Amino acid sequence: MTLVHTSVPALAVPPRDAPLEPWQRPVAIDVERLNFFYGAKRALEDISVRISSHLVTAFIGPSGCGKSTFLRTLNRMNDIIPGTRVEGKVLIEGRDIYAPGTDVVALRRRVGMVFQKSNPFPKTIFENVAYGVRINGLTRSRAELEERVEESLQSAAIWDEVKDRLHDSALALSGGQQQRLCIARALAIRPEILLMDEPASALDPIATQRIEELIYSLKSSYTIVIVTHNMQQAARVSDRTAFFWLGRLIEYGATDRIFTNPAEKLTEDYVTGRFG
Amino acid sequence: MAPPRLNTRGDEVLFRAGTGTFALLLIAIVGAIALALYEGSRLSIQAFGWQFWRTDTWDPVVGQFGARPFIWGTLYSSILALIISTPVALGIAIYISELAPEALRRPLVFVTELLAAIPSIVYGLWGIFVLVPFVRGLQVATPEWLRGVPLFEGPPLGVGMLSAALILSIMVIPFSSSVAREVLKAVPQSQREGAYALGATRWEAIRMALFYARTGIVGAVMLGFGRALGETMAVTMVIGNSPNISLSLYAPQYTMAAVLANEFAEATDDLYLNALVEIGLVLFAITLVINVISRTFIWSMDRQRRPRLVRTAAMRAGA
Repeated sequence: MTLVHTSVPALAVPPRDAPLEPWQRPVAIDVERLNFFYGAKRALEDISVRISSHLVTAFIGPSGCGKSTFLRTLNRMNDIIPGTRVEGKVLIEGRDIYAPGTDVVALRRRVGMVFQKSNPFPKTIFENVAYGVRINGLTRSRAELEERVEESLQSAAIWDEVKDRLHDSALALSGGQQQRLCIARALAIRPEILLMDEPASALDPIATQRIEELIYSLKSSYTIVIVTHNMQQAARVSDRTAFFWLGRLIEYGATDRIFTNPAEKLTEDYVTGRFG
Repeated sequence: MAPPRLNTRGDEVLFRAGTGTFALLLIAIVGAIALALYEGSRLSIQAFGWQFWRTDTWDPVVGQFGARPFIWGTLYSSILALIISTPVALGIAIYISELAPEALRRPLVFVTELLAAIPSIVYGLWGIFVLVPFVRGLQVATPEWLRGVPLFEGPPLGVGMLSAALILSIMVIPFSSSVAREVLKAVPQSQREGAYALGATRWEAIRMALFYARTGIVGAVMLGFGRALGETMAVTMVIGNSPNISLSLYAPQYTMAAVLANEFAEATDDLYLNALVEIGLVLFAITLVINVISRTFIWSMDRQRRPRLVRTAAMRAGA
């Protein structure tokens, strides 16, 4: 995939051990002064952020801070909620996804999404994974489709558990398995960016750990943006962390720094558990 | 639902006993109706046995009674009504629940529900004065080559199967579309979002919602069928009331409900009366079976741990 490079081309590919600051990496998503409105209420205020390619970026913040809303602006998922409005720009590969004439369906194919509550379709495991491939006409033969399904299930680390029952209902899987199935389903259409909206919040610790391991393993192939209200999780899985508060982006930087040496008082209060 | 909290134990016992009695009464009433129908048709059952279902003759003068033309007319008109109304009802349900702008939604729901509130006899009058002449016009205009097809045989009378099926489908639409609408509303938004997130178009996302709601939608359609089976007045006024078994949409036919409405007052001898009551019994049995099947479909959505809403919606609309 081609990426938009920042204005500092010399630093576009940083040396291995260089400090990871957001502007030193290829940018996958470049957000410029994004405002979001539910009716008259402004839910996001002037968000500007550059999300780096092939890293995990975590959005943290208390409930209602706008982190999920922001995540959903990145694949225009909020479009389906009536009465919402967006101002500003979201550039993916240099193109504003809110520009008139944008093909939203094509956008969502490139920017996959996994939801807070696993939402498998009431179909077989196979059909769940095949759905996106089919509607987008991505494979030409049954064999190719089967291959794609297997590959996706393997990437989502669920293949071994389901390979003998691909044609059973997906609803019979456990919560954690369902969520990994949903990840497999999202991977099957080969997106470049994967948005995850609190993907483990409804899962038990063991299932959560598996999802986190999965995120780690997917990072080399995808740009991952994850919303979480679990700060330990953000610290464990992410390279970058953005802290949101009341619809504003308070601080954004390398995860280590955000958690150990935040620049803003609010961030410090939040990550040390003083509120939220 | 949690039981209401009552302050004393005595109250609670009384409350339980009272409501329980009413609930049992409901079952008792259904049982009593079945029993009364059976009692009232005993003579006819003894005289004709199962032949009653299979005989075509309905001749009060010689005392020969067979229900087959009426069973045929009821099932045929209802199935036709189902075929005509289902796409329309589904279209309305999809439009209201998935596509219509918020401002249009309420008026549309209101209007469809208004359709359900129009008395049957008013539909019948409209049928006689508007629908029947219209259908007659259609029949007159039938091209020659079509007249040979069994579906379009017969003289252009206007009254007949087509008019009955059309009026029934209009009467059934509010019921099946409102259940289908509620069922669609109960489909979790996360299902649609899941489809959208995979690059689905709006139509594909709607298809996913329809798929999720499929059993409930089948239930909605069957519920409409149940209503069509029992519809009496409007059908009686436009179907032509002639006990024929014919595939022709133009042929005057008869339904079970219509023959009861028309002939009950004139049934002079006991056997005649008993035969009519037995028709009521047959209608009761068929309607019961259809309703049980449709409700099973709607409830099966519930059993797959789908939202409770589906069930309440179905109960409300089907009540």
